[in-house]
Amino acid sequence: MSKGRFGIHGGQYIPETLMNAIIELEQAYEKYKKDEEFCEELNDLLNNYAGRPSLLYYAEKMTKDLGGAKIYLKREDLNHTGSHKINNVLGQVLLAKKMGKTRVIAETGAGQHGVATATAAALLGMECEIFMGKEDTERQALNVFRMELLGARVHAVTSGTQTLKDAVNETMREWTKRVEDTHYVLGSVMGPHPFPTIVRDFQSIIGREVKEQLLMIEGRLPDAVLACVGGGSNAMGIFHEFINHKEVRLIGCEAAGDGVDTDKTAATMATGTIGIFHGMKSYFCQDEYGQIAPVYSISAGLDYPGIGPEHAYLNDCGRAEYVPVTDREAIEGFEYLSRMEGIIPAVESAHAVAYAKKLAPDMGKDQIMVINLSGRGDKDVAQIARYRGVQINE
Amino acid sequence: MNRIERAFSQGKAFIPFITAGDPSLEVTQQLVLQMAEAGADLIELGIPFSDPIAEGPIIQDADARALSGGVTTDQIFDMVARIRKSCDTAIAFMTYINPVYTYGTERFLKRCSEIEVDALIIPDLPFEESEELKPYCNEYGVKLISMIAPTSKERIAMIVKEAEGFLYCVSSMGVTGVRNEINNDAEEMVRLVKEIKDIPCAIGFGISTPLQAAEMAKFSDGVIVGSAIVKIVEQYGNECTPYVKEYVRKMKEAVVS
Repeated sequence: MSKGRFGIHGGQYIPETLMNAIIELEQAYEKYKKDEEFCEELNDLLNNYAGRPSLLYYAEKMTKDLGGAKIYLKREDLNHTGSHKINNVLGQVLLAKKMGKTRVIAETGAGQHGVATATAAALLGMECEIFMGKEDTERQALNVFRMELLGARVHAVTSGTQTLKDAVNETMREWTKRVEDTHYVLGSVMGPHPFPTIVRDFQSIIGREVKEQLLMIEGRLPDAVLACVGGGSNAMGIFHEFINHKEVRLIGCEAAGDGVDTDKTAATMATGTIGIFHGMKSYFCQDEYGQIAPVYSISAGLDYPGIGPEHAYLNDCGRAEYVPVTDREAIEGFEYLSRMEGIIPAVESAHAVAYAKKLAPDMGKDQIMVINLSGRGDKDVAQIARYRGVQINE
Repeated sequence: MNRIERAFSQGKAFIPFITAGDPSLEVTQQLVLQMAEAGADLIELGIPFSDPIAEGPIIQDADARALSGGVTTDQIFDMVARIRKSCDTAIAFMTYINPVYTYGTERFLKRCSEIEVDALIIPDLPFEESEELKPYCNEYGVKLISMIAPTSKERIAMIVKEAEGFLYCVSSMGVTGVRNEINNDAEEMVRLVKEIKDIPCAIGFGISTPLQAAEMAKFSDGVIVGSAIVKIVEQYGNECTPYVKEYVRKMKEAVVS
């Protein structure tokens, strides 16, 4: 079996042209993750630039309203650039710089990863190009402008379904064209090894902080940890620290779109089968001939037909649970948290909020739930307004 | 002598690529037969994939056209079975790992062997992952074609030692497509390969004109052309066969001259 496996999942299924780049990346990562200077620099950026540690906020009103478990929100939405994406991006761009790369490229769905990459590139003086499905450039127009403002060039991808998976395809193609001076800043715990491991490691600060913060506040670990899952980086980030604490339930909330019994869904675990795509073996939404299915979710960040290989493994061995959440439920979660706590969550994170609403009342008042609030919802306000039939000018 | 050995025993080989089902399987079948008649030594048949990450826009569009026409892997197998009744030219399937894996790797290779497909080319299956297919390829007598790229460098020795059939030398960085200039690293790549093993080297990616093909043939054993042919198919649609045939004839002439 090749490198980077999580059970049967993972691996390195990429064109030969990229193999040396991937090997070089793995070697550089192995070296720098133990390098004191690198770790100090990264910590400095995380603390003094991105605003870490992020708050662990006790959602008292929500807790009382739902009448069950005590609910905490991990406020990744308060990070610089508005989501957890910055954790991974600062790590990868700094690593790329150490490797002597001068240019970074990245895919983006909702635009959060693109904005974070453009931000880190601006800060660390790297050239930056972002690939974004044309459909996503339209539903997240503000983020396109934001990336350009930060000095990045944004390419609207017109191939395939014009969403996140096509943005990944195009970024991979771009990388095979120009690999010598370029690092591909993959935005999730997916793709060929070593990306799922690197991204998880850079995101795992979320779970480490939660553990420390909760031990401080409550003197104990949570009973359940919830996060939304597309590729799965914020979920792996908060899950990782708790994997060996078997008593902590880990719940990934997938985007079910119109529902798992319709073909307008992006719930990979619920509707997918094992395949090999985007460099990894994992679960994918696909047909019997292995053609990747067009997927759908209101959330551009979860609108992806696959899931990271470590999630596939956690699912197979039963360590984590994956549940589908529809557009309608997510929007209710979006509006609920806004009114209840005065926090507008990203529509992605709202999937986790929505499932928390279902789960919390069934848990005891002595139990604790942590929801990873992976991003803020400013970017989604216009789209939610459209969904509700309200015409507003952005 | 097997079909692949024969393909490289008639002067320098010309290897055309087309996407199966573009514009229809009927036309694909005609194209294969006519290309063989025009001198194609080995024919690369693309099984279309929804997300062909190693392809440029021309072949991406061909895959999309074929799939929107409803073509399936099973239909392509059946078409090749029909072709085999009258055509003994070597045939390689070019596709991605997911259509093979999801079909069932063993079931896929068994079917390849039944319809006498000689080789498989899978651009997203590097050396490190070749075990995914190798055992089944060996069992069913289908060659898994190895690829080397300009970035392969010190990996060449390891890849070539295990290579069989022929070696697919990727001439330049990036994805498939028509290029005006082709990197001259290819000659050095072939030289490195031959130091290790005497295996036929075919050069692909970017080649479209007889002049380019002749240049590449000087130092290699064959030339692979995809996008330039797919472009003709796109341009003439159902009427493309005579145009493709004429192109293949000229290209074969160029590589053997």
